[in-house]
Amino acid sequence: MKYSSQMVAKPYFIFALILLAGEILFGLLMAIQYVYGDFLFPLIPFNVLRMVHTNLLIVLILFGFMGATYYLIPEETESELWSPKLAIVTFWVFLVAGVTTILGYLFVPYAHLTELTFNNLLPTMGREFLEQPLPTKVGIVLVVLSYLLNTGMTILKGRRTVITTVLMTGLIGLAFFFLFAFYVPDNLIMDKFFWWFTVHLWVEATWELIMGAILAFVLIKVTGVDREHIDKWLYLIIAMTMVSGILGTGHHFFYMGAPEYWLWIGSISSAVEPLPFLLMVLFAFTMSRERKIQHDNEMALTWAKGTAVMAFIGAGVWGFFHTLAPVNMFTHGTQLTAAHGHLSFYGAYIMIIFTIISYAMPILRGRPHGNCAKAQKVELTSFWMMNIGMMGLTLALSAAGIVQILDQRVGTELIGFMESQESIAGIYMVRGGFGLLVFIGLMTYFSSFFIKEEAK
Amino acid sequence: MTERITKSMAKNIYYGGGIFALMIFIALTFDTVQQIPERSNEVDMTPSVVAGKKLWEDNNCVGCHTLIGEGAYYAPELMNVFQRRGGSDEAVFKAYMKGWMAVQPIEIPNRRKMPQFNLTDNQVDNLSDFLIWTSKVDANEWPPTIEG
Repeated sequence: MKYSSQMVAKPYFIFALILLAGEILFGLLMAIQYVYGDFLFPLIPFNVLRMVHTNLLIVLILFGFMGATYYLIPEETESELWSPKLAIVTFWVFLVAGVTTILGYLFVPYAHLTELTFNNLLPTMGREFLEQPLPTKVGIVLVVLSYLLNTGMTILKGRRTVITTVLMTGLIGLAFFFLFAFYVPDNLIMDKFFWWFTVHLWVEATWELIMGAILAFVLIKVTGVDREHIDKWLYLIIAMTMVSGILGTGHHFFYMGAPEYWLWIGSISSAVEPLPFLLMVLFAFTMSRERKIQHDNEMALTWAKGTAVMAFIGAGVWGFFHTLAPVNMFTHGTQLTAAHGHLSFYGAYIMIIFTIISYAMPILRGRPHGNCAKAQKVELTSFWMMNIGMMGLTLALSAAGIVQILDQRVGTELIGFMESQESIAGIYMVRGGFGLLVFIGLMTYFSSFFIKEEAK
Repeated sequence: MTERITKSMAKNIYYGGGIFALMIFIALTFDTVQQIPERSNEVDMTPSVVAGKKLWEDNNCVGCHTLIGEGAYYAPELMNVFQRRGGSDEAVFKAYMKGWMAVQPIEIPNRRKMPQFNLTDNQVDNLSDFLIWTSKVDANEWPPTIEG
């Protein structure tokens, strides 16, 4: 570790991983309730499980991004973090806000929670992924502002690189587009339209910039490839991200009340969306092949290649499956969307967080050459368990989606939703099984942290 | 492939392409905002419809159902529930909704459960009005069938 302020990244990483365990656990509970409707009902109805599952995911990714930023920004700018103290205070504020919100979901009926948290003053709740009470939303704004300030000030006083510029652009975008979460028009269609400004432009534009910056940083560190070369790749990747991702928002506007021209614009531009992910795969593998150093932390490079590949499959390939308007007519609102959502979030965002943690955490723990061979072996096992688990559950959800379409939307012998769901129960059990594998994989990953270094 | 592209070329593609895409997006956003009132029949958005939307949100209905294809996939699509369960007849649909909301949760073992939300008759009517309004939105011919 070159700068002592990088140490603030550690609690962010640890807490992100704890939240990930909670996120997967709630996913497993949902998988059970999907098949056994009485499970946990009425103690925790499905909508509550789902809110906890998705909100934990969002929050853990933000924690992961912040940890990654605080680790890499001092090294990139060659100066200490502007205010490590602010970063620590922000960590605790975010932690308390996050935990309180989750407890609120679990212990207060949602309709009552809306009353308690001033939702009648400024209604923002009850929309998918943006279910957070008003005070939590305001808290997120403050946390993100503090994060922007700290990062921005550090960049201003230090060296500027392509990585810091891209990262900062992503962060500003993240902060800006969250503001649409506060805009809730009475017209449902208008509401849906601007809701995507937060949801899509986070996930398929600004977050991709952040991911690209983190990936480029880790690749520089573990391959020793010339920075100029890496920078060029990074620019190309984010150029493709911007060109395809911004207008790609159109693929959400096909069938929700927006005008017809989105059918064309959304289809064409989102057909290009796999490209930045394909470039990331080429990027990771080319840098790995051309590497100038043989870093002892082999797992960091494995995760870096893994995140590029899984993001390409999840976001690129699975996204493309249903992104053309005539296909989306039949897939819209089915389990295929869930399949794509699961693999893309995992591949792009969970794995990039594993990548930076795998690289940075050993250094933060005083192991500049990475963990010992034994620990890395366990980590590699967990890498495969989680990848296979996620791939399996994605395939199961895809199969479920296809059956759903055949049951409800194609041909003349149609059956209703509930009946169709019953016919898919077996597939949902398979999904749950693969989910369990992911969870065991994560526990295996955790165990790799506790393997003692061999005496040298 | 990347040998022929220099760093500054890549940088220009990023800024040029990004700004170009953003400008088109902003222009289309303005146009869409102009068109939504007509496509969604905003003139028919009565206070009851607006109240229904608020109830939809306050009870986190989207946490289980999809509405125009967006939401959770645990429970049926509701954009066309007016046609499916009400036969496009407002009185029939409202009566159906009152009965349906009152009997929740339905005690069939291991059937997925809908919680009891304890809404008043008036509130259920608001929800019905909201769903009736939603069913008439021009969503480019979606959903493909009555089963949603």
